[in-house]
Amino acid sequence: MTALTLTNVNKTFGKVHVLKDISLEVEDGEFVVFVGPSGCGKSTLLRVIAGLEDASSGEVRIGGDLVNTTPPSKRGIAMVFQSYALYPHLTVRGNMTLALKQERQPKSVIEDRVAKASRMLDLTSYLDRYPSELSGGQRQRVAIGRAIVREPKLFLFDEPLSNLDAALRMNTRIEIANLHRQLAASMIYVTHDQTEAMTLADKIVVLRDGRVEQIGSPMELYNNPANQFVAGFLGSPSMNFLPGDLLQGGDERTIGIRPEDLFLSDTGALTAQVSHVEQLGGDTNVIAHVQDHQITARLFGQHAIEAGDTVRLGFDPAKTYAFDRDGQRVSPT
Amino acid sequence: MNKARTNPFNTLAMHGALIFYTLIALFPVFVILINSFKTRKAIFREPLALPDADSFSMVGYQTVMKQGDFFLYFQNSMIVTVGSLFLVLLFGAMAAYALSEYRFRGNMIMGLYLALGIMIPIRIGTVAILEMMVATGLVNTLWALILVYTAQGLPLAVFILSEFMRQVSDDLKNAGRIDGLSEYTIFFRLVLPLVRPAMATVAVFNMIPIWNDLWFPLILAPAEEVKTLTLGSQVFIGQFVTDWNAVLSALSMAILPVLILYVIFSRQLIRGITSGAVK
Ligand SMILES: Nc1ncnc2c1ncn2[C@@H]1O[C@H](COP(=O)(O)OP(=O)(O)OP(=O)(O)O)[C@@H](O)[C@H]1O
Ligand SMILES: [Mg+2]
Repeated sequence: MTALTLTNVNKTFGKVHVLKDISLEVEDGEFVVFVGPSGCGKSTLLRVIAGLEDASSGEVRIGGDLVNTTPPSKRGIAMVFQSYALYPHLTVRGNMTLALKQERQPKSVIEDRVAKASRMLDLTSYLDRYPSELSGGQRQRVAIGRAIVREPKLFLFDEPLSNLDAALRMNTRIEIANLHRQLAASMIYVTHDQTEAMTLADKIVVLRDGRVEQIGSPMELYNNPANQFVAGFLGSPSMNFLPGDLLQGGDERTIGIRPEDLFLSDTGALTAQVSHVEQLGGDTNVIAHVQDHQITARLFGQHAIEAGDTVRLGFDPAKTYAFDRDGQRVSPT
Repeated sequence: MNKARTNPFNTLAMHGALIFYTLIALFPVFVILINSFKTRKAIFREPLALPDADSFSMVGYQTVMKQGDFFLYFQNSMIVTVGSLFLVLLFGAMAAYALSEYRFRGNMIMGLYLALGIMIPIRIGTVAILEMMVATGLVNTLWALILVYTAQGLPLAVFILSEFMRQVSDDLKNAGRIDGLSEYTIFFRLVLPLVRPAMATVAVFNMIPIWNDLWFPLILAPAEEVKTLTLGSQVFIGQFVTDWNAVLSALSMAILPVLILYVIFSRQLIRGITSGAVK
């Protein structure tokens, strides 16, 4: 069964067309990540799914039921917000139980679920504290706990980690991945961090300007991007794009090469002026210019290269991508 | 911590300035209080002296208690002030929430219309209000005053509260919606507690003018059984003779309830429970 089906969903705010003809499916138990640059409509799409905004047109189905006119609380969803949005006047326990009390669940059920969720999230000793007495990471876990106790058909996460620092973000990311395994629930996760997208997702939906650019598993999108936008968006450092005539002469296509596919070679096709070097220990990122075009090479290991050096870089033509003028992928020959 | 704040000299200067200001502000109140306990002669001979065995007298308070139904006036003032404040805060907050939270046609116009009252003094409409009160039979009732003061207080209340409500996190309200709270519960349980400081500000701003008002009580409710304190005290101020003992005693007693209300509201001004809700 599908957990969520969107069919030609559109959303306009007055004259602003924010979501354009979005159609996609989320299978049961699947972890789907929406990525895209800021302002592309990720949050709006999530809010349409949650029922916080009405779709201007199109169908939203959750677990097979048409929910276009169902209020958020009846859609069988739970949402975790970027700003946590905990109720300040309720304790952690109060925050987690409010929705269940609202649904008039029996006391024993409520106790059970809170106990289970707080054990899962390590919140047992904080249950009687108020949100203002918790650290950022703890607040985020409470927000997740509040979603878990509802046992929803579909979890919605809107950039849940963006207020956490790097170390905590990584831990919480792993926690969310574990949670997904334990609960086997369907989850939709919004982020603009492509590391989160690549590591968490079963399926990634790349959005741009309110349109779906491509849907697929992380490796599908990485290895086989449908267009220049997706190719440039996934992968870090991002893909290098060079005009075709620089490489093959008289070609108007754009050639894309991943930074890790470039290597030092005395016979390499590219002669580049190094402008900056990032030594990461395990890898070395070399930022250089080929004529006016900036490229990044990710070299394995440590290299004694300095800004101002001239290097020759080679690549395997089989590992390049070609895009036409409109940015659509075309065959490389 | 801020360095300027820990510097002892700055602390001293700051407290000095504040204490100085407090003294200036409290001085008239102090003078009223001490003189209300003195004989008439002593009031005029040495207005700034504290009452001593010689000059001490409760005659003012006795006059006030004897003449007119002082406690009734008191009660009337209290009912009018508290009732008006309650309605101003309730309707003001509800209107502000609707304006700040919901997108509907004419939202802007409605907001401007409601705020217009800030610039137009309600006394301009006194004649029309009087006619309306006569027509509805509300003259000489406390309702007349409560309704007028509510109307008078609403524009500023809507204006201030909607500004504050816009700042209440959308995510919080949405979390409530997803958890199945009704719009009313979201308003009363989530939004109102978060704008409490603003509500207290509005209450304090409205309270004193209502309590002190002479104009509308005089015009709309001059009857004995609905007189407010301010109006009731006027009997002691004559065209030729003024019973200063009684006036000062009445004023001293009139200060008390506003002071208590003020303390209640200003406690609410203290923030703190909002932190940690979001971010
Ligand atoms: N209530 C609204 N009225 C008008 N325009 C809106 C409204 N809400 C969002 N938008 C517009 O819709 C677009 C998408 O907004 P959205 O919040 O979905 O972006 P996002 O992809 O979540 O961005 P971010 O990564 O920064 O959170 C933006 O251009 C925004 O200006
Ligand atoms: Mg967003």
